[in-house]
Amino acid sequence: VSQLGAGTTNRPDNTAFDQQRLPAWQPVLSAGIVIPGFLLVGLAFIGIGVALFVTSRSIQVLENDYTGTGSSVHCSECVNPKTTPCTCQLNFSLSALFQGPVFLYYGLSNYFQNLWGDLSKSPSSSCAPYQYDQNTTIAPCGSVANSMFNDTFTLYQLVNATRKTVPLDGKGIAWWTDYNIKFRNPPEVDGSLAAAFNGTVKPVNWPKPVYDLDPTNPANNGFLNQDFLVWMRTAALPDFWKLYRRITEGEYASGLPAGNYTLEIQYNYPVANFAGRKSVIFSNTSWMGGKNQFLGIAYLVTGSLCVVMSAVMLIVYAKFNSPDEDF
Amino acid sequence: MGSLEVWSLIKQGWRRKPEQEDKVRRLISNLPYEDLRRKYQPNRQYANNSIKTTKYTVWSFIPMNLFEQFHRFANVYFVVIAMLNFVPIVNAFEPGVALIPICVILILTAIKDAWEDFRRYQADKQLNNMPCSIYSRKEKDFVSKCWKDVRVGDFVKVVCNEVIPADILLLHSSDPNGVCHIETANLDGETNLKQRQIVRGFAAPDGSFQPEYFSSIIYCEKPSNNLNRFKGYLDKPDKKKIGFGKENLLLRGCTVRNTDEAAGIVVYAGHETKAMLNNKGPRYKRSKLERKVNTDVLFCVALLFIMCLIGALGYFIWLETFPDIPPFVPPDSNNNYISPALSGFYMFFTMVILLQVLIPISLYVSIELIKVGQIFFITNDIDLYDEETDSRIQCRALNITEDLGQIKYIFSDKTGTLTENKMVFRRCSVMGIEYCHRENALRLGAQCETISDDEDIVFQKPKVPSRLQYRQKKGISSLRRSQSARTHMGARYQSEVFTITNEVAFSSPLETDVAPDRRLLRVTCDEKTQIQEWCRVSHCNGSASFMDFFLALAICNTVVVSTAMLPRQRVSRLQSLLKRMGSLSHIVNSFQSIPEKSSKSRSSLKDVKEEEAEDYSDSGSNNPSRRNSSASHHSEEERGTVSDPNGLCYEAESPDEAALVYAAKAYGFTLLARAPDRVTVRLPQGAVLSFEVLDTLAFDSTRKRMSVVVRHPITREVVIYTKGADSAIMELLDCHGRSNKRKKIASKTQRHLDLYASAGLRTLCIAKKVLSEQAYDDWASIRQEAESTIDNREELLMETAVHLETNLTLLGATGIEDRLQDDVPATIAALREAGIQVWVLTGDKNETAVNIAYSCRLFNQGDMVFTLNTDSRSILDCTLGEVRRYTAPSQSWSFQSIVGAVMPTESTGPTFGLVIEGRTLSMVFEAHLQMKLLELARHCRSVLCCRVTPLQKSAVVKLVRNKLKVMTLSIGDGANDVNMIQTADIGIGISGQEGMQAVMASDFAITHFKHLKKLLLVHGHWCYSRLAKMVIYFFYKNVMYVNLLFWYQFYCGFSGTAMIDYWLMIFFNLFFTSTPPIMFGIMDRDISAETLLGLPELYKTGQNSEFYKRATFWIVMLDAFYQSLVCFFIPYWTYQGSDIDIFTFGTPMNTVSLFTILLHLAIEIKSWTAIHWGFMVGSVLLYFIVALIFSAICINCNPPSNPYWIMENQMADPVFYLVCIITTVVALLPRYIIRVLQGTLALSPLVQARKLDRLSTEARDQQIKNWKSQRSPSEVPTNLVSPVDSFSNSFEQSFYNSSLEREIRISFPSCSLSFRLQFLFCTNIQYRSESTSFMKLFALCISSLKYCSFLDFTSY
Repeated sequence: VSQLGAGTTNRPDNTAFDQQRLPAWQPVLSAGIVIPGFLLVGLAFIGIGVALFVTSRSIQVLENDYTGTGSSVHCSECVNPKTTPCTCQLNFSLSALFQGPVFLYYGLSNYFQNLWGDLSKSPSSSCAPYQYDQNTTIAPCGSVANSMFNDTFTLYQLVNATRKTVPLDGKGIAWWTDYNIKFRNPPEVDGSLAAAFNGTVKPVNWPKPVYDLDPTNPANNGFLNQDFLVWMRTAALPDFWKLYRRITEGEYASGLPAGNYTLEIQYNYPVANFAGRKSVIFSNTSWMGGKNQFLGIAYLVTGSLCVVMSAVMLIVYAKFNSPDEDF
Repeated sequence: MGSLEVWSLIKQGWRRKPEQEDKVRRLISNLPYEDLRRKYQPNRQYANNSIKTTKYTVWSFIPMNLFEQFHRFANVYFVVIAMLNFVPIVNAFEPGVALIPICVILILTAIKDAWEDFRRYQADKQLNNMPCSIYSRKEKDFVSKCWKDVRVGDFVKVVCNEVIPADILLLHSSDPNGVCHIETANLDGETNLKQRQIVRGFAAPDGSFQPEYFSSIIYCEKPSNNLNRFKGYLDKPDKKKIGFGKENLLLRGCTVRNTDEAAGIVVYAGHETKAMLNNKGPRYKRSKLERKVNTDVLFCVALLFIMCLIGALGYFIWLETFPDIPPFVPPDSNNNYISPALSGFYMFFTMVILLQVLIPISLYVSIELIKVGQIFFITNDIDLYDEETDSRIQCRALNITEDLGQIKYIFSDKTGTLTENKMVFRRCSVMGIEYCHRENALRLGAQCETISDDEDIVFQKPKVPSRLQYRQKKGISSLRRSQSARTHMGARYQSEVFTITNEVAFSSPLETDVAPDRRLLRVTCDEKTQIQEWCRVSHCNGSASFMDFFLALAICNTVVVSTAMLPRQRVSRLQSLLKRMGSLSHIVNSFQSIPEKSSKSRSSLKDVKEEEAEDYSDSGSNNPSRRNSSASHHSEEERGTVSDPNGLCYEAESPDEAALVYAAKAYGFTLLARAPDRVTVRLPQGAVLSFEVLDTLAFDSTRKRMSVVVRHPITREVVIYTKGADSAIMELLDCHGRSNKRKKIASKTQRHLDLYASAGLRTLCIAKKVLSEQAYDDWASIRQEAESTIDNREELLMETAVHLETNLTLLGATGIEDRLQDDVPATIAALREAGIQVWVLTGDKNETAVNIAYSCRLFNQGDMVFTLNTDSRSILDCTLGEVRRYTAPSQSWSFQSIVGAVMPTESTGPTFGLVIEGRTLSMVFEAHLQMKLLELARHCRSVLCCRVTPLQKSAVVKLVRNKLKVMTLSIGDGANDVNMIQTADIGIGISGQEGMQAVMASDFAITHFKHLKKLLLVHGHWCYSRLAKMVIYFFYKNVMYVNLLFWYQFYCGFSGTAMIDYWLMIFFNLFFTSTPPIMFGIMDRDISAETLLGLPELYKTGQNSEFYKRATFWIVMLDAFYQSLVCFFIPYWTYQGSDIDIFTFGTPMNTVSLFTILLHLAIEIKSWTAIHWGFMVGSVLLYFIVALIFSAICINCNPPSNPYWIMENQMADPVFYLVCIITTVVALLPRYIIRVLQGTLALSPLVQARKLDRLSTEARDQQIKNWKSQRSPSEVPTNLVSPVDSFSNSFEQSFYNSSLEREIRISFPSCSLSFRLQFLFCTNIQYRSESTSFMKLFALCISSLKYCSFLDFTSY
């Protein structure tokens, strides 16, 4: 017992907080109050679900597997890894206009880009074991960079039996932040990027050094190569797409018109050793991104469930409503 | 002193006999060695007097505290995990980051421990530095030093009212009789004074004490914790041995009273004193909930193990599926690929690190924080604040608040806990006439409103005409009362209502004051005139009995007289005065006559006379002619308020003795002084009688009475005044024929006694006996013999006492009230409604305890009370069996066949009480009958243990706690409760008059028993429900979140990858979702305090651990799995087959799980205050702000795929919001629906109570009333039909007392027991009047067992 001087007292403050009498909202969940809630949520979900479903249906997706093994018939000639370089063709036809802007993706499946070893190492060792090749620094280092996808695609429209090249736009396919902030090239030496990378070697699996990735566009080289940036954004799941090009230019800006097309594929990337599959995807987008039926269906199902629940609650309410319950 | 002498002394000091060390402690005076170094000190091997109860020192704190903390399983776990992070092959996160949480936990806990230990250190320091006087040879006097300087072998002096610093062998006392009074309240809780005597042969004739000349060697036993055992002897230089015992030992912690000064040699010091040995160190208490949490943590560990195993196996299998090494599987740093099996093995540990959060990392810290918050609210409760002492409730144990909500058994001390420990004289019956002391009752009632309520009912009850009405033959009209068999409880009698004048406005709160009953005062005043005729009226015929009655009250006790103002001089002067008076022969002396008799004593008496003159004039004014004038009332009032001019102060062994002395004093019979051989009483007229005390037959529990044998100063007769329990006295009355009047008086008195008892008063009978000179001489010689024997002296003494106390003449009876504390019956009733069993463990004697048990409604009048009082093993065994069969409902038992359908059926809920005495209890423990006793006790509504020692108290608590596996609470106020307080799961100390020991040992300290109600019913419920729900929630939260990571493993090749950035992961538990559950654990109020108090049965939910059962844990685990599946797979299917990157994929999951986790809590929160809203909204905002900032600034963390700008991108995407909404809804839908159904169907009382809370105050009160009336089983009177004939042969019946006809003894052929049935007075009378047949009467009495107050089992 504390001995306080006269005048002061040990008496606790008689405040609502100290005495735990703060005004409080004390909801008692019961059928009566939740019926309108369920009904409203249910209807709203059904509305959203319908909207999502309709939107998703309007998105066109054209996916072609070109692994060359199994059910895939395309590019089977390139399956043998010894035939390099190997070019194969993938023909398809569109019966109607493929609404633009059209995005060209390549898809890999059973490809585990998200392996722990690549992602969570502390920065000092994040590149190991692809940091040094015979004591020379690898640039770019790390196993993700090392295993960069290197198939290339060229799209032709067959117009009157002639191949008309469809311009593929490779600019801005990587995240703006990746291109502008996250990745930086070393300062050029004498205006040469190659000189800047002096003293480094290319990754083991790469055919060309990093400063020579895009011979057509000198600005698209080094660490700021768009394909490299796209690849470095690690996929979340083992089956993934990555944006390859967009079709935004000229007459194809509004989409791919109906007709026959040929996709010429330079088949470089081996997937047989991990039973992976490669595919190429044409897709357009909407406000909700790519095609996704699931979300719309999920909303519809959940919304219906909520409506059903409100009906069930109504029955419960009618049966068990106690008279003293007035809300 | 020459050096040679010093050397010889040193040698003497060295020369110890090791073989003796085993059994005895040998010590000598320190004085000859005073200036020598420690290693030459003779008693150096014994502990010194400084005490240390702290756990740590400054230096040992860090290692020891860490060691203690690592006893906690969780802490070890986290350290192991942190270590694992540093192993390169398995590291997942940055090792430094992983250390943060465990460091925070360890530091927070260490700070708390350090603070607690510091408080202990301060308390020790204060105690160690208390002043005391130690004799110094240099100074030739006692010098002032500290307690810690006291060593064994020192001579220590204590003065009046000083606390004794160590166990001291008393060698000197300022008291001429060589006694020293001590108060042992700090040790055993008894406030009365105890006498200690100096060791024989040390009484210096001149009263001086010279320690230098003490040259004996002391041999005493080794330190032990037995307060009542101490033996040893002094080896004098002349080879004489003087024995000593516990009556010569002053114990540490006791207070010297009534003695100027005392001195002695220290035999035990510090931790070896009996007080410290009895004070077992505090037990580390872990709450029941925490124990459960620990087992569930183990389940989590098992779960973690399984999940990691799945991960490891998965990784192995995954690696095996590839025909070749794929490009995305990196080799180790040496470019080698390790085998899949070994990789899988390493992966196990990587998984452990990844999923470590499954073991709730912040749970323990959160629990500690919550407890701090809960304690804050408990200590701030204004209802638990005591205005008088300006003290709040103290929470001394910080980690068992939630146990308050799970108590099933309460063990309570009686005196000072249930009662105020203030005895009040309430009623008396003299010569068969009852004096109800209405004035006194009203005076007390005016002081204490709550007590008077009962009284008012008694007095204001309209007069019901009843069959039996007794009109007092003495013609005193006001004393008319009626008996009604139908009334029960305390309100069985009533008086005519007459106008209550204002005369009761006594302002003095002194319970010692007794306002005399006017009629009785008149009678005694009448008698005053007869003082001259004393000789003629001495033979107890006629009204002189009143005189005898009050004389007995004043004399027949062991009260010590002291003066309040100037304790020492006054008493010693008075004593010396009385000594001289004693030499003046024992004759009645009025003060006027003293000067004539003895001029020598004149001057010394003069001031006494003057001081008392005023008093006499007042007393004189109490003469009959003036009684009725209001003026005299007035003057009397004033006298009541003014403190006694004499300042006489009575200190008694038991407070009721003092109450009786005060009562006698109110009638003018003032006890002036008591010396061992003489007791002096002032009569109302002012005359002083000095009685020579021939012998005192002390109280013992078998006789249940005490007597004094005195020689009457006038008649020279040997008179025995006896005072004792009614059962003890009534049997000894002289009832042989001739005097019909006596019988009538006895039977009337018995009725009054029954009334007193049923009103909860402590009853005592007063009787006397006049012994012829010859008879006394005969007896005295036997007594002398008995006293001088050594073997079984006690028994012989008792025999002589029994021999003397026969053929007594009843003088009257008294009713004394040990006032209950405020609201005790209501509190006990509420606790019982809450399903708590209340046991009372008291050192008090049986009758008193039972009386209090009735008055605080521990027992109801309708209860059947079994008293177990035997020390024979076989009988006890048999009895326990019999009684258990008797109480166990609906079984076939032999008893039933005998008594027939006596026992009410189970549905009517017969209630039983059990009274068990200390010695019987020790027999229970010795004979391993504990389980039988418990079995019996479980059927009893309440159990009362009386005459139990502190250790027995703790043994009982331990028994119930361990055998029944229930939560126990002990509450007490005295040091005798310390053991019990420390043994129980929760110990509560009442900070009252009796020192601080109980409080120091307790977990919570309150000021009144009534506070227990709110503490348990409200705070206990809240703390438990809050913490239980919080813990459950915490498990859920972690499992739910961690499972997200686990599901992801199926999509990342079991590689231990997280799709959420690890900083955000750590923040998630540390910041985003930690404060709402803590706030929930501190503040959630599922049911308001008013409703909880109104419906105590809501407490049962906590008792049955309904918020946190084993099933609860698994259900919540299932829910967590379901929710995590939803939270993972809805985003998964949404983003499946798109170009989503890993952290963009993880962000919605993180956000969704945040929403789900918080809204899950929102469903559980039962009351939303602004603070709740603040925390919930704040957490969400904090998440978004931190995530946005983090992903805006974290350009290069966690490469190569870092969280940079991901949150911003996601928040610009409508799909993100759509995913969040649907996932949260789907995840919470099942729980929400179940809660809604629970709320609608309202099956559990908690939901119903919550609905009540929504009503307005009046409506709620009304509903609570309705609820209670619904739930409480209506009191169905037992319909009993006894097959009367069937038991006629089984019993031999005899009516014991033909005039009283109130006791029936039955002997069981099977078991030598006697069942004594004490019937309530009214019941008995009623049936007697209807039937004269014994058989029928008995049948009826049995059938009215509901009104039976006792079923007493005694060894026969």
